[in-house]
Amino acid sequence: MSRLALALICALANAGLQAAATAVAPSSLDQLLQLLATRQHGHVSFTEVQELHMLQRPLRSSGELLYDAPDRLEKRTLLPRPETLLLEHGVLRMQRGQHTRVLALQDYPQVVPFVESIRATLAGDRAALEHYFTVSFSGTLEHWTLELVPLEATLARTVQQVRISGERDAIHTVEIRQSDGDASVLTIGPTVEP
Amino acid sequence: MTQPRVAGTLVWALLALIAAVVAARATYTADLSAFLPRQASATQRLLVEQLREGPAAHLIIAAIGGADAPTRAQVSTALAARLRADPAFASVNNGDAGELQRDRDFLFAHRYLLSEAVTPQRFTVSGLHTAIGDSLDALASPAGLLLKDWFVRDPTGEMLAIIDSLGAEHAPHTAAGVWSSPDGKRALLVLQTRAPGSDTDGQQAACEALQRAFTATRSVLGPSRAAALVLRMSGPPVFAVASRTTIKSEVLRLSSISSLCIAALLLAVFRSLPALILTLVPVASAALAGVAAVALCFGSVHGITLGFGVTLIGEAVDYSIYLLIQRQGDFRRALWPTIRLGVATSVCGFAALLPSAFTGLSQLGLYSIAGLIAAAAVTRFVLPGWLPQRLAIRDLAATGAWLAVQLDRVRPARVALLVLAVGAAAVLYLHRGALWNRELAALSPIPAPALALDEQLRTDAGAPDVRYVVVASAPEREGALAAAQELSARLTRLVDSGVLRSFESPTQYLPPLAVQRARQASLPPPADLTARLKEALRDLPVDAGRLEPFVRDVEQARTGPLLSSADLEGSPLARAVDALLLHGSEGWSALLPLAAPGSGELSAEAVRQVRAALGADAARGELLDLKGEADQLYSGYLRQAVRLAGAGLGAIVILLLLALHSPGRVARIVAPLVLAVLCVAGLLVGFGQQLTIMHVVGMLLIVAVGSNYALFFDRASTQGAEQVPLTLASLLVANLATVTAFGVLACSRVPVLANLGETVAPGALLALVFSALIARPLGESAPGAST
Repeated sequence: MSRLALALICALANAGLQAAATAVAPSSLDQLLQLLATRQHGHVSFTEVQELHMLQRPLRSSGELLYDAPDRLEKRTLLPRPETLLLEHGVLRMQRGQHTRVLALQDYPQVVPFVESIRATLAGDRAALEHYFTVSFSGTLEHWTLELVPLEATLARTVQQVRISGERDAIHTVEIRQSDGDASVLTIGPTVEP
Repeated sequence: MTQPRVAGTLVWALLALIAAVVAARATYTADLSAFLPRQASATQRLLVEQLREGPAAHLIIAAIGGADAPTRAQVSTALAARLRADPAFASVNNGDAGELQRDRDFLFAHRYLLSEAVTPQRFTVSGLHTAIGDSLDALASPAGLLLKDWFVRDPTGEMLAIIDSLGAEHAPHTAAGVWSSPDGKRALLVLQTRAPGSDTDGQQAACEALQRAFTATRSVLGPSRAAALVLRMSGPPVFAVASRTTIKSEVLRLSSISSLCIAALLLAVFRSLPALILTLVPVASAALAGVAAVALCFGSVHGITLGFGVTLIGEAVDYSIYLLIQRQGDFRRALWPTIRLGVATSVCGFAALLPSAFTGLSQLGLYSIAGLIAAAAVTRFVLPGWLPQRLAIRDLAATGAWLAVQLDRVRPARVALLVLAVGAAAVLYLHRGALWNRELAALSPIPAPALALDEQLRTDAGAPDVRYVVVASAPEREGALAAAQELSARLTRLVDSGVLRSFESPTQYLPPLAVQRARQASLPPPADLTARLKEALRDLPVDAGRLEPFVRDVEQARTGPLLSSADLEGSPLARAVDALLLHGSEGWSALLPLAAPGSGELSAEAVRQVRAALGADAARGELLDLKGEADQLYSGYLRQAVRLAGAGLGAIVILLLLALHSPGRVARIVAPLVLAVLCVAGLLVGFGQQLTIMHVVGMLLIVAVGSNYALFFDRASTQGAEQVPLTLASLLVANLATVTAFGVLACSRVPVLANLGETVAPGALLALVFSALIARPLGESAPGAST
């Protein structure tokens, strides 16, 4: 389940961090978070590459991400097969073909810190973020990287590291490295015009 | 003593001894079975049987509230571990990680027997290609993260097929690693007692063990944190124990109060201890006879019956009151025929209860019949022999004379009774829309807060009341499963077309053996599978060598044992199967609960479609609307009660016609009784009470009891004026005793008892007053005695 949570983070991070520009010159994590928190809505395309050790070739998928502050996020995978993942008010709804699966986030407590980290990021709440991760900021506001290492033991077992990079208010990539060596890279494309 | 008197005493002593032995050896129950019908349709019988004995009857839902989620989870886990070691519990589930893992492992280990997707086609080259291609697509999606661990063993995605078919909606929520209410405020445990539903002692032991284990588990936390945690529990065992405790304490309380009140009344009237003791002999005999008769005919005596028995104290005492107060007269010739006819009319009334579907009611009927006959017989054949030559009882002649004068004074006002009748009828007419309480729950001894808690915990645990169920029955377990399998296929089509939202079937957890064998036969042997895999994987990004575990697992499933119910034992999956696959006295039944889309209610058209899909053969599958069945059951009760009451009244009228040979006299006897019933109904409804079955039964009892008064007034109107005062006095005392007994009953916390009491207490009083007013002027045969 924690990997599902990771997918969620990716999506959340991508949509949420696609933030509007504010012409300040931040030099710290606090300033980056403040910048990102101003974003209320986002609609972008994405491509994702997953490298799984048991497969000979990486798996590729692509689609769109939609975000509305503060807690609605939709990941619409279009290829290789349509699938929708919707997070709204703490409930995850996954639709694939005729099947809809509904999960309450609180039923998967290992997911909660991830979601909370995103919420905290979007809200500029550094204290909450650091409740779940060791957060390190590197680079400049023009070209930055956030490295999140799970604090809690249960999370660290499946997730080694989450690495988010971007330029100013725009996220470029979310990399997730799992403990078994598998990794995924989510790359954010251009904004989808409504 | 003379010869016959000695004989009477000896016979009485012998019978009393036998009755005492029978009563001492009888079993006493207080479960809810008295509220369940004996006569019902086959499906209703199945449901009732399940309510009594089925898995649902020994299910306890416990909720731990207070403190914070991690503390609750810690206590839940420790409590579950403690209870799993307790033989009182057949299963203990709290949703902790180990348990979920066991469930998941079980499903995974048996996936090739459980997955509906396993067909011969799926394991051909093209089938494998499609299935594995689908799994790879799924891996690339967010849901794929769930599947990665399984992929090399389950590349065709059977586990996902199983999970999808089971649906997630039934599992309770989880907080801090254990089951929790959806709002996260209570940790939940679902327990099954080993004692069956009918074993209330066993249920009580289990409930107490649960409470003790909780206290012990909680105490580890230290006093301050422990105090913050509370355990609440619900479910049929809890209800059975609680209602037994209530009924027990009520019966004890009510009979003590009633006895004390009546003893005080008699002592005040007689001013004589020997007289009081003499009046109690028929009462005690009646109680013994009643219990013995019920024990012999029903096998066990229900606590509720003993509760009803409180009223018998008030009636059985009447005969000895007549005897003592009117003892100067010729008891055998003057008084006894009237008492005998009175007993006969009362017996007619109570006999109408014997065929009742309510065990409690039919026991009440038998108990009262046996008791009244015993009381009358003791008064007639035993008591006269025991009367001392000089019994110093307060002379009530003066009181009686005063009563007679007052009665004559108010008699002209009896036209007012017509106004009363019209008024009561008007009240009933105005409330005609809401006259009856149509909820079966009105009869339950379980208080409303406990029912509300039960509903909350069931909702918390994701086990809400099911409304629609398809029932498939067969003599054998496999037959029922096979029928369920076939019905599942038909219901799936209705889910696909949107008529139903979803349904559940025991075959999801335990497919019929034939289906399991067919699935096994679909699996190819290792060499074939490896060859087909190679070809199927040609253009997919997976190396066949990677899927070695898959080939091994398939071979294991192909040659391994089939899944049996024994394999499920102790797991939450077993609970699902137990709840959906029932073994009753008439064979096996598979239950397939349906979930309706939207509001949760099926439209008439949807019901028609479901029935059509089930096919014409009702034995294969029958759709039950449980709410509809319950409504039907209750209206059946109500109709039956009204019919029985009518039959009782009819029998009393016929008996009186046969005994008195005078329609005019019978009319004067019956009219005040009918009027009393009408007024009581008007009173109850006027005070906002909705009428239940027990009110109807109470009205029948007003007639059965009140007829005695009317008969005495009938007799008094033909007897010498000198006897009138004592007749009036004895009637008043007897009536007060009856009103006291039923009045005490009206204060009961058990609704059925309270409803009966609040009807009969005022009804008996009114019956006396109305009888007095409507009867011909008393003492007519001696002109000049009355004006």
